[in-house]
Amino acid sequence: MSDPGVAVRAEGLGLRRRRGWALRDCSFELPAGSVTALVGANGAGKSTLLKIAAGLLRPSEGAVATRGSVGFVAQDKPLYRGFTVAEMLRFGRVTNAEDWDDTYARQLVGEAALPLSAKVNRLSGGERARLALVLALARRPDVLLLDEPLSEMDPVAREDVLRTLMVAVAETGVTVVLSTHVVSDLDGVCDHLLLLDRGVVQLAGEVEELLDNHRVVLAGRGDLGDHQVILGRGGEHRGTTLVRVTGELDVPEELVSAPGLEELVIAYLRANRGVAA
Amino acid sequence: MEGLRLIDFRIDRRSGVATYLQLVNQVKQALRLGLVGPGDRLPTAKDVVARTGINPNTVLKAYRELEREGLVEPRPGLGTFVRRSLATPGVAEDSPLRGDLLEWMDRARQLGMGREDVEALFRAVLDQRF
Repeated sequence: MSDPGVAVRAEGLGLRRRRGWALRDCSFELPAGSVTALVGANGAGKSTLLKIAAGLLRPSEGAVATRGSVGFVAQDKPLYRGFTVAEMLRFGRVTNAEDWDDTYARQLVGEAALPLSAKVNRLSGGERARLALVLALARRPDVLLLDEPLSEMDPVAREDVLRTLMVAVAETGVTVVLSTHVVSDLDGVCDHLLLLDRGVVQLAGEVEELLDNHRVVLAGRGDLGDHQVILGRGGEHRGTTLVRVTGELDVPEELVSAPGLEELVIAYLRANRGVAA
Repeated sequence: MEGLRLIDFRIDRRSGVATYLQLVNQVKQALRLGLVGPGDRLPTAKDVVARTGINPNTVLKAYRELEREGLVEPRPGLGTFVRRSLATPGVAEDSPLRGDLLEWMDRARQLGMGREDVEALFRAVLDQRF
């Protein structure tokens, strides 16, 4: 990649499957050191995109380029179930001799309170997810791709894992992309958003900028002139409407508020489902 | 003095206020109260991240905003330092104004007022005068 500020760049990325396109015309750029939330409904193409970026799937068209080494943790958290935690660490060290940071790996295992002598198949789903993350982080990758890293964790473990990730970003400037269903966890954590729907990028960019470009208005879609209505709940002249603003809103100020990240994501997901509940 | 001990950032994820603005506001609050002053170092992005779990880019964005407003300056390799104070004489620990307010709060408490009642009254009078 020519631009040193870009860590991941996808251009016209597509993957055709027998039943149709799993991913189509997908283009975006993620700056180095950014933390991106990859969101979308089940089957939206999140895992497909991550696997292509990790080099595990070959796209049918387009390309994705990543700067530096790439770490990937798949959704099913591939670990050797008969190994103990200590043996998994040794495995990581032996198979990644040059990049492996053993001190860091042990520090992370300690923070996660994972017992070194425990067999992987005796760990809970959340503990396995944390061990898989330790193994990925200890390789000190430049780009870290995580498929649903938080899904099996309790709220405390989720907070701990996000903190670990954020410290890694602060220390090494690693670029992180993580897919999730739990958008509320990511407020203040991700600075970029990539929203996929049925294989197509619906929304991409810096979180603050995206939030700035949208407003929640206590008015119907008929009152909003040329602004792009993303989701309206209610009638033509009443209800709550989420709009993408283009210029000034001709609505009394007290009826207008900024959306939260979760509100924005859910509005887009709902709008694409064609359901206004 | 180390800024690290003096500013303890608290992030409210449900407040609707952008995270970086919460940081900006808390630094300004500390500057107004004189908890930090010129020459003090703000906590590093890594320190803030380790304590709060927020994105380091958010911390850097907050510090850039404070720099833009002329309140802090980055010194390469050393950290981010406070350039000027926002403290006014009235807010000092031993100022008569603060003493009056403490007395006033004690009286409100004796009358059985709760924190929210006091806040509402304080804000109403604040709006009347400022």
